[in-house]
Formats: sequence, C-alpha cells, structure tokens
Amino acid sequence: MATDDTLLDVRGLTKVFGDRTAVDQVTFELPRGRSLAIVGESGSGKSTLAKMIVGLEAPTSGTIWACGADRSAPATGSRERRVRGRQVQIVFQDPYSSLDRRQTGAQALDEVLRLHHDYGADYRRTRIAELARLVGLDDRQMSVRPKALSGGQRQRIAIARALAAEPRIIILDESVAALDVSIQAQVLNVLMDIRDATGVAYVLISHDLAVVRQISDDIVVMQDGRIVERGTTEQVLDDPQEAYTQLLRASVPEPGWTPSRRQKRSTT
Amino acid sequence: MTTTMPAPAEAAPAVEPMARSSRSWLRRLGPLGIACAVILGIAVVLAIIGPYLPGLDPESTDLPNAWVGPFQLPGSPLGFDAQGRDLLSRLIFGARTAIVGPLIVLIIAMSLGVTIGMIAAWRRGWLDSFLNFGLDILFGFPGILLAIVAAAVFGGGLWAAAIALSVAYLPFIARVVRNAAAKEGAMEYVAALRVQGVSAWRISVRHILPNISPIIVAQGTILFGYALVDLVAISFLGLGVQPPAADWGVMVNENLIGVLQGYPLPALAAGLVIVTVVVAVNVLGERLLDISEGRR
Amino acid sequence: MWWVRFFALRLVRLVLTLLVASFIIFCALELAPGSPLAALSGGRTLSPEAVAALTARYNLDDPFIVRYVTWLGGVFQGDLGVSIGKRQDVSEIILGRALTSVTLVLMASIIIIVIGITLGIASGLRDRSSNLVTLAATAVMAAIPAFVGATLLLMVFSATLGWFPALGTGDGSFTDLVWHLILPAVALSIASIAVVARVTRAAIREELGTEHVQTAVSRGIPYPAIVRRHVVRNAGISIVTVSGLTIASLIAVAAVVETAFATNGLGSYLVQAAASKDIAMVQGISLVFVTVFVLMNVAIDVIAALLDPRTRAAGAVA
Repeated sequence: MATDDTLLDVRGLTKVFGDRTAVDQVTFELPRGRSLAIVGESGSGKSTLAKMIVGLEAPTSGTIWACGADRSAPATGSRERRVRGRQVQIVFQDPYSSLDRRQTGAQALDEVLRLHHDYGADYRRTRIAELARLVGLDDRQMSVRPKALSGGQRQRIAIARALAAEPRIIILDESVAALDVSIQAQVLNVLMDIRDATGVAYVLISHDLAVVRQISDDIVVMQDGRIVERGTTEQVLDDPQEAYTQLLRASVPEPGWTPSRRQKRSTT
Repeated sequence: MTTTMPAPAEAAPAVEPMARSSRSWLRRLGPLGIACAVILGIAVVLAIIGPYLPGLDPESTDLPNAWVGPFQLPGSPLGFDAQGRDLLSRLIFGARTAIVGPLIVLIIAMSLGVTIGMIAAWRRGWLDSFLNFGLDILFGFPGILLAIVAAAVFGGGLWAAAIALSVAYLPFIARVVRNAAAKEGAMEYVAALRVQGVSAWRISVRHILPNISPIIVAQGTILFGYALVDLVAISFLGLGVQPPAADWGVMVNENLIGVLQGYPLPALAAGLVIVTVVVAVNVLGERLLDISEGRR
Repeated sequence: MWWVRFFALRLVRLVLTLLVASFIIFCALELAPGSPLAALSGGRTLSPEAVAALTARYNLDDPFIVRYVTWLGGVFQGDLGVSIGKRQDVSEIILGRALTSVTLVLMASIIIIVIGITLGIASGLRDRSSNLVTLAATAVMAAIPAFVGATLLLMVFSATLGWFPALGTGDGSFTDLVWHLILPAVALSIASIAVVARVTRAAIREELGTEHVQTAVSRGIPYPAIVRRHVVRNAGISIVTVSGLTIASLIAVAAVVETAFATNGLGSYLVQAAASKDIAMVQGISLVFVTVFVLMNVAIDVIAALLDPRTRAAGAVA
C-alpha cells in the first residue's frame, strides 16, 4: 500500500471501451519529490490513463490513490470533487480550447481561487499577480481575452490555473506538444522553475522523448495499454531494453536534442 | 494533433481593444441587418404603444363605409375594410398579437428547449437517448397541425395556438442547444474546470450557456419568424385570435372576399405587413446566425 | 449486413413513434374539457338512444387504456370512428376527400422540386451579382405565408386576369380538379421554393469549394462535366433531405391553402371539424396526416442514408 513517501499510487488500473482494452493492468508509483513520464505513441492508452487519474473517466478496475486518499471511484458530491482538485491538476494539450474564450486570464484564476480558498478579494488579486509572475505573464496579458494571446501565453494561463488550486501533482497531458519549438522550451523552463518554487510533482504524458528527458526523473513506456518498460530516465532513454522503446527512441535525435523532427510552422 | 494546429502566433496580437463596444456589433450586422432590426423595432414599439395612440379606432363598424378606399374620408389614409372599420387602425392594433404571440412561443419553447438540450448534452447516455426519442416523436407533429388539434380540444384562441406551437418547436431548439452545448462541452477548458471541482451546474450556466448564447439568440430570432407565420395562418383559419379583434391573419380572412370583388387593398395591406415583418425577422436571424458561427 | 440493422432500427423507431403519436391523438379526446361524450357530440344535445349508441360505439364505460387499445384496433381495420356533424364514418369522409389533397400536395411538390432546384443550381453556379438578386428574391418568397400568397394569386390571376378559377374544385372530373388546383399548388409552394433554392445553392457552392472539385478543375476536366459528375451528385444528399422535409411539412400547410381557396380537401375539412369540435373527425384526419408525415420523414432518412457513401462506409465497419 502507499507509504507516506508515495504521492500517487496506481495499481492494476484497467479501462475497457466496448471490446477494446485501452488501459490494461497498469501499475506505477510516483514517489515524493520526483517526476514521472508516461511515454508512448498516440493510441497507447496514456491519455486515458491521465483521464482516469483526474477523474474524467471511471476505471473499469484497479485502484488510484493520490496524496493518501482513494480516488478509484468517481467523486460523490461537489465537496469531494474540490478536495480532489486540490490534490491533482491537469494541463491539456490544445491551447485553443484550454481557456473559456469569454474569460480573461485573471478572471479564470479568480474563479478557481474562489472555488478552493477562502481568500478575500485583495489577497486573491495578490495571488493572481504571484501566479502570473510564476508563469511569466504580465498584468496586461492577464487582463485580455484569450483571443488576444498566443498559444504559449494561453498554455501559461492554463498552467497558472492548475497551480491556483495549489495541487501536489500536476499532470501535463501533452501540454507543450502543440507549441512551437522555441515556445516549448520557454514553457518547459517555466515548468521547471515552478517545480523549484512550489515543490509540485509532475506526471508528464508525452510522445516526445526530448521533452521527457528535460523534465522527468523516471519513465514508464506504454504500448497498447500496457507498460512495457520502466526505469529512470537515463536508463530507459540511453539503454532501452524493449524493442518498442528502441523504436520510439530511434525516431528522435540523439541526446542534446535539436528537435527538427517537428514540422516547422510559421511563427508569423 | 501536433502537425495540424493553426500557426500559434507567438508574436502576439498585442492588446485586444478593451472596448468591444456595440459599434462592432452594428458593423457586423451591416446596413441590411440594421434596417431589419429597425423594422422589427417599429413593430415592437407599435405593439406596445399602438393601442394608446390617439385617433385610432379599430373596432367600430360602419357598414356604409365598407371598402371605401384611401384618403376618401378624413382621418382614414388607408380607407376601410369589409365592415367599414378603419384599416390603418386595425393594422396598428394588429401589431400587438403579431408580436406577443410569437413571444409566448419563444419564451416557452426556449426555456424548455434550452433546459432539455443542456441536460441531454451533459448527461449523454440513456437520458440523452430518451430525450432524443421524445423529441423525434414531437418532430412527427407539424406545428400547424398541432395547433389545429389544440383548437379543436381547447377552443380557438391565441394561447392554445401559441402553446401548441411551442411544443412543436421545442425539438428544434433542444437539438440546436444540445449540439452546440456538446461541442462546447468537449472543449478542454470544460474538462479542466471539472478537474478543478467546479459543479456541472456552474459549468453549464456560467461557461457553456454564455458561450453558446449567440447561437441561441440567432435560432430564437429565426423561430420568432416561423412562429409569426404559423400564428397568423392559424388566425386566418379562424382558430387563433378571434374576430373582431384586429389581427393581421384575421384581417386577411375577413377581407379575402374583397380581392374577388375588386377591393383587394384591405387583405393585401395586412398580407404586406406580415411579409415585411417576417422578411425583417428572417434576415436578421440569418445575420445573427452567421455572426454567431463566425462567418461575419 | 449493416443495412439490415439500419432498417430494423428505423422500423422499430417508426412503429414506436406512430404508437406514441396515436396515443397523443387519442388523448386529445380525454383532454377535452367536459366528458368524452360531450366532446364527441360537439356540445350538441343528444337523444338517449344516440347517447347509448355513442357510449357503445366508443366503449365509454371501459377504462381509459382499454378504450385506447380498442380504438387502435379499430384504426388498424380502417375504422376511425363516426363524425357527429356529418353522421358518417370518418374513414369514408377521408377517402372521399383524399384525392383532392393528394393531388394538391403532389402538384406543389413538382413545382417546388423543378423550380426550387433549378433556381438553386443556376444561382449556385453563377457569379455574385445574380446571387444577390436570387438571395433577395428567395428572402422575400420565404417570408410569404401560404394564405398571403393565395391572396396575391387570387388578385392577379383570378380577379384581374381571369386566367384561373378562384374557388372550389370544379365539376368533378380529374382534369377540372387539376385546373382548379393550379393556383392553390402555387400558393402552397412559394415559400418552399425559396427554401429548396437556398439549400440547393448553398450545397452547390460548398461542393464547388471542396478539394476534389478544385483538383478536377486544375486537371482541366471540362466544367460542365465536373458539375454533372461531382457537384450535383454530392450536393444531392442535403438537397434531397431538405426538399423532402419541406414537402412533408406541406401536408399541414395544405389546410391553410385549401381554406383560402375553398377547396374541398382533407385539410380544409380538418379546419372545419376543429372549429365545430368534431373530435372524431379531427382525430381521424390528424392521425392520417401524422402517419404520412412520419412515413415521409423516415423515407427521406433512408434515401439520404443510401445516397451517403459515408453511411455505407460506417455501416460496413460497424
């Protein structure tokens, strides 16, 4: 069972859609103070896994414990949902749908702060400014609608919104995958600064091994819903044992990455 | 997903004009849209103040004046109808039922349709299927038919017809709302809010509903036009607004015989007023729909 | 065999829909203020024998559900009850008037399809300026209620020009019936022509903008050939769907036109029956209307599905 040093403990997690098993007997732990990457190609089940951990999908079987609490079954009641929201947060992939287009960044953060904390209006304003500084946005960028922001800026607000709940764990579900390479690097730097400042743990869901190398301490590799390999980032990326992992790795340049694999998109 | 995203412009569009004022709305409506809004506005104003305007008398009959044409008698610029009643007065008084009737339809159909559509979009599963089936059955009843049956059961009148039409239009609104809400609900920010622990009710009312409201407003406007056409038709059939009340549909019915006897103006004038208001409502509704779907 | 599943599902839904619809129509009698007997008699005072006859005829002493089942059983055998006003079997009256209404709706359908689709294709393939004219014309046409259209037609073609008869259905011969139904059919089709023309135009425009048409253009295939081979065929699905739904909705609107032209059809009789509270008559005619309407909707659904290669592909996978 989960020890005090285990933030997230997933055992035998399985999700079946009709006659297809998307996630098959997945077991892993996230120890305090480390970050975990779940890698695999699209369709490997990693996003379904993330959705089960945050409670957007109910597992077919298996258990999920986070911060010492059982969250295997869907939350009953809004209080319970909020409690869970302060344990695990998630940042999704698509910067264009990650924000309500009628809300400014400040309004989005304010809504979350009011939901979780009993802060007065003045203190909420201070917190919003702190969070904005943490993700590298200025006041003006926080006070406009998402339409006026770039993809990277929107993802920063999504990250700040996750942080506003003061969670112990943030799941990054391909959170930087849709961003341009240079922007991706900036956001990754922001994420690492945040980890240093707040001690939050990351579960990084990604197909991009270059990103994985930069952020995570440990790796599990998924294929067709199962974990096929696990270990520390160095072990797995530098000396992959499984053919599938070798294949994944072969499709990325050597360490000291210049991710030219990505299609260049115009940055105009 | 990584390759097909629209180019994220990091060299950001610096500042959004903070005052997205009503002027940009007017610009997007265009001159034609504004003209239509003005026509509808006039009809609404007449519906409200028409009966209080001085010098109007829609109901007192004066048979010797029957079919007397425009400007033949003082104070009657449009002349008189089959029963010698002042045509202009009747047209102006008729604005009230023409606007109020569709408004009743709109309020009932919208409040029920939006509620059902939101529930169906949020709950999916068996409840969605059940609601869908129920709406399918309602689709089997054309609005006019339902109104005729209602008139047979409850007696003619504006209310029976309006309620019957509300029921008949309910599926259209519910389906539009359901599809729009389902599309909005699939956005990642909704999932993020659920993970935060925001309640389904709050997400629906504070996030999804405001975001799909332009589509709802546009569909409501289009529905208003349909309801107006159907209600005047039912009044024309003698099953809606009852004579001698001034209603545009009733007026066409009362004066139809004049068309064959060489006095077409009274029936024609009522018909023309109907067509004008309906064109205005339809064009305005389509404009709003284009705007809400980002085509303008 | 995806289509077996497809048709089976449609059939189940069709039967359920008709059952519920018939139940709702039957309930109309129960909902009517006062006793069912009063509703059936339309508020007339009846002799004790008539009361007994009606009570027996409609099993008014039985519980509600039993009466519904009995009524439905009768419907299946073509027994729709007795019209109090006419002292005649409802089904007899319906059969006697059906020809007029069916002819009217068929004539209107032909007008709508021929003119609507022609207008739509023509304006869809043309340039902007003629589109503006079509758009304006269709916007006005779509806003003309059938009875206003009837007024206009009566004024121009009957009262002024004297080309067509104004009212009624003529001497009883079929040719005279058709002759008398020309103006009503046009009145019935005005708004629908606009709807069909607009949808056709939009479908054609969308199809012209798609990739495979653009490719065909760039490969130098003659324009008329592209239009025939790709554009019209692919745009067909939405055109068929909307035309079908529009025509189906005419069944109810026909009541308005028939009343305006004093045509002896089912619709005008439905209106008279409603006004005189002849509930059995209203039930019978609305049941016929709803059944035809629902059947037409299902037919359109099936045709659209058969035309759509995606349905077939999806069916093949599932």
